Amino acid sequence: MSLKLNIQRWLFSTNAKDIAVLYFIFALFSAMIGTGLSAIIRLELANTGSPFLHGNTQAFNVVITAHAILMIFFFVMPALVGGFGNYLMPLMLGASDMAFARLNNISFWLLVPSLILILTSALVEAGAGTGWTVYFPLAGIQSHSGPAVDLAIFSLHLSGFSSLLGAINFITTFINMRTIGMKYENVPLFAWAVLFTAILLLLSLPVLAAGLTMGIFDRNFNTSFFEYAGGGDAVLYQHLFYWWNHPEVYILIIPGFGIISHAVSAIASKPVFGVQGMIYAMWSIGLLGFCVWSHHMFAVGLDSDTRAYFTSATMVIAVPTSIKIFSWLATLYGGTIRLNVTALFALGFIFLFTIGGLTGVVLANSALDIPFHDSYYVVAHFHYVLSMGAVFSIFCGWYLWSPKILGLHYNERLSHIHFWLMFIGVNVTFFPMHFLGLQGMPRRINDYPDAFIGWNQVASLGSIISIVASIVFIYVVYDQLTNGLHQGNKALDSQFKPSFMGTNLNVEGYTGPTLEWTVSTPPSLHAFNTPAVLY
Amino acid sequence: MNLTLKKFQVHPFHLVAPSPWPILVSFSVMSIMLTLVFNMHGFMHNNYWVVFSAIVAIMTMALWFRDIISEATYLGDHTLAVRKGLNIGFILFVVSELFFFIAIFWAFFHSAMAPTIELGGVWPPVGIEAIGPSELPLLNTILLLCSGATLTWSHHALLGGNRFNTLLGLILTIALAVTFMICQYMEYSNAPFTISDGIFGSVFYFGTGFHGLHIIIGIIMLGVSLWRIYTYQLTNNHHVGYETSILYYHFVDVVWLFLYIVFYWWGT
Repeated sequence: MSLKLNIQRWLFSTNAKDIAVLYFIFALFSAMIGTGLSAIIRLELANTGSPFLHGNTQAFNVVITAHAILMIFFFVMPALVGGFGNYLMPLMLGASDMAFARLNNISFWLLVPSLILILTSALVEAGAGTGWTVYFPLAGIQSHSGPAVDLAIFSLHLSGFSSLLGAINFITTFINMRTIGMKYENVPLFAWAVLFTAILLLLSLPVLAAGLTMGIFDRNFNTSFFEYAGGGDAVLYQHLFYWWNHPEVYILIIPGFGIISHAVSAIASKPVFGVQGMIYAMWSIGLLGFCVWSHHMFAVGLDSDTRAYFTSATMVIAVPTSIKIFSWLATLYGGTIRLNVTALFALGFIFLFTIGGLTGVVLANSALDIPFHDSYYVVAHFHYVLSMGAVFSIFCGWYLWSPKILGLHYNERLSHIHFWLMFIGVNVTFFPMHFLGLQGMPRRINDYPDAFIGWNQVASLGSIISIVASIVFIYVVYDQLTNGLHQGNKALDSQFKPSFMGTNLNVEGYTGPTLEWTVSTPPSLHAFNTPAVLY
Repeated sequence: MNLTLKKFQVHPFHLVAPSPWPILVSFSVMSIMLTLVFNMHGFMHNNYWVVFSAIVAIMTMALWFRDIISEATYLGDHTLAVRKGLNIGFILFVVSELFFFIAIFWAFFHSAMAPTIELGGVWPPVGIEAIGPSELPLLNTILLLCSGATLTWSHHALLGGNRFNTLLGLILTIALAVTFMICQYMEYSNAPFTISDGIFGSVFYFGTGFHGLHIIIGIIMLGVSLWRIYTYQLTNNHHVGYETSILYYHFVDVVWLFLYIVFYWWGT
């Protein structure tokens, strides 16, 4: 293919599938940087006395800030919403493409400048050691006088704008471009998940943008939004930030829910149990996500009535989440389960996400959150739901759909090794953090009393195992791309053909896989040039 | 590899040809942000590069919109289904704008409902002479309400096929909006407080300033619509650009009413 065509296809792309591939490449790239930064964090915390950064606490804070922002904005969101969402949602709806193809392209290309800005921010002067939450007054001009925080804020602006345009695109595609006969009740769960994610983004991101803009004004244009001397209040920043950030945590996990629903159905050869219940569960998780933001702020001095409300509202979210967990279990129940790597990651997700969810219920109690606030218990909690929830769902989706997307199969044995290394690695890393947190070890501090050495060393060992697992995954992808044809096209076989031991009878009511499996492998650029008709 | 638009398609949606504008806009926006930050922190000694990047971004966006206009008006790509999608997309954009303004009002109420001891425990803060609701803002409110009415008149005239009234209503709307902006400029010039005067000044100028920015965007959108109606690009049954401009302008109008009630009346 000529250079001109390559530029047209990849830089000027207006095709959801090509843009999705760009998102995957971008997410993998950022994930590598983010993983490297996490290795620095664990090396620093492997022993007391700051063994790696030699007492440079600002550098440590810069590293944790960059790690979080890279993983959230440049790995999980691009992979789940940008990658899987762009590739699969139009296919599942039977749509020709996304509603606004050029907006789709700018959604991706705004992320690249955004990544450049955040990396610049970590590298200029002393870097942004604010934590990814960019709290004021720590992020104010007195505490961080250099350009680093401004660059970080502009980076968040750009990635926010990218997600906002993407959200408008997804919602419009969902409403307007379903194929003939595709009623709302026929829409597959992953497409629903992307819709709810997009709605959450649409309603929450502008508030973050306003809060961050106020921060820029406070830093550079002499306003006093978060400045006590001028009558402002730094708690206002937290309100605006968490109005966005609580929906954001569901933005990170709801597409994962969608992927797990499809994976569970595929590995059990059964329809998902209670599809309507699943849809309403996602809807209520999204809705409740806007009613609970102050549970991140229990320690700022809210009065007890407010804390009582936010505690109860937060615990209500456990109900729809449980509906999802139990529906997955009910889907597996009685199914012919084939224990391929998709199944391993799906089961791993259900198990570990449940643990993370349960520690979340503990943290929801304001009385318990006061001692646990900013401790490693919180770090353990959100890594269980993110690096074992969201990230496991990304791997699960990769192993489920990548043979379809690429037309190339991965090495099953290597992928199993990847799963077990990852499973052991993340658990060894993050489970001890519960103990450290309960004993009072604060997060975002690069040193600790000698009493915490034991579990910290275990956690650092675990992080090395996870890094080995990530290298194995890179090799799996490399092997898939270079050697995938020789592995045979077992993709569809391992997912959908009955196994030797399994039943050959269709489970009653199972209408077969969703629309994306009906097109060619790999799908052509515009798979539904002729609309698929459902009846 | 066939990247060009297929000649025949059996669905009503628009498969857009590859376009260089998105990537150019995003990198020029990056340029704006980098040069702005380095300007604000004294790494650079003039604003030329910020202005230059902004001009590149605006020109590229203009070319992008030119492409949309060609597709809509001359290539016939905007079928009913595509128009429905454009309208849905624009409504969603307005919803996101709404939440941006909700955040500004949140900031206002956060301080106004519980003024801190630094402000003297009162709102408006001690020493601030706020602009009252019966001063220039009253005229501004009347101007915007009138412009909303003339805009609706113009829209209905377009639907009814009355070209003269359409153009007249639209010109009056733009004139009223420009007058509003002039009044805002006068108000800013004569205001007894600045953006640096504590939280009141900050949130007042932040809120009214972003509203003014949106009025300017609205004027540009309506101006483009005026030109397109004048040149017969928009007709009585196909004028998505005008519909979205109208929606946007009415939205900005309504935001002003809330600004007037909260910032100028309740808040003083």
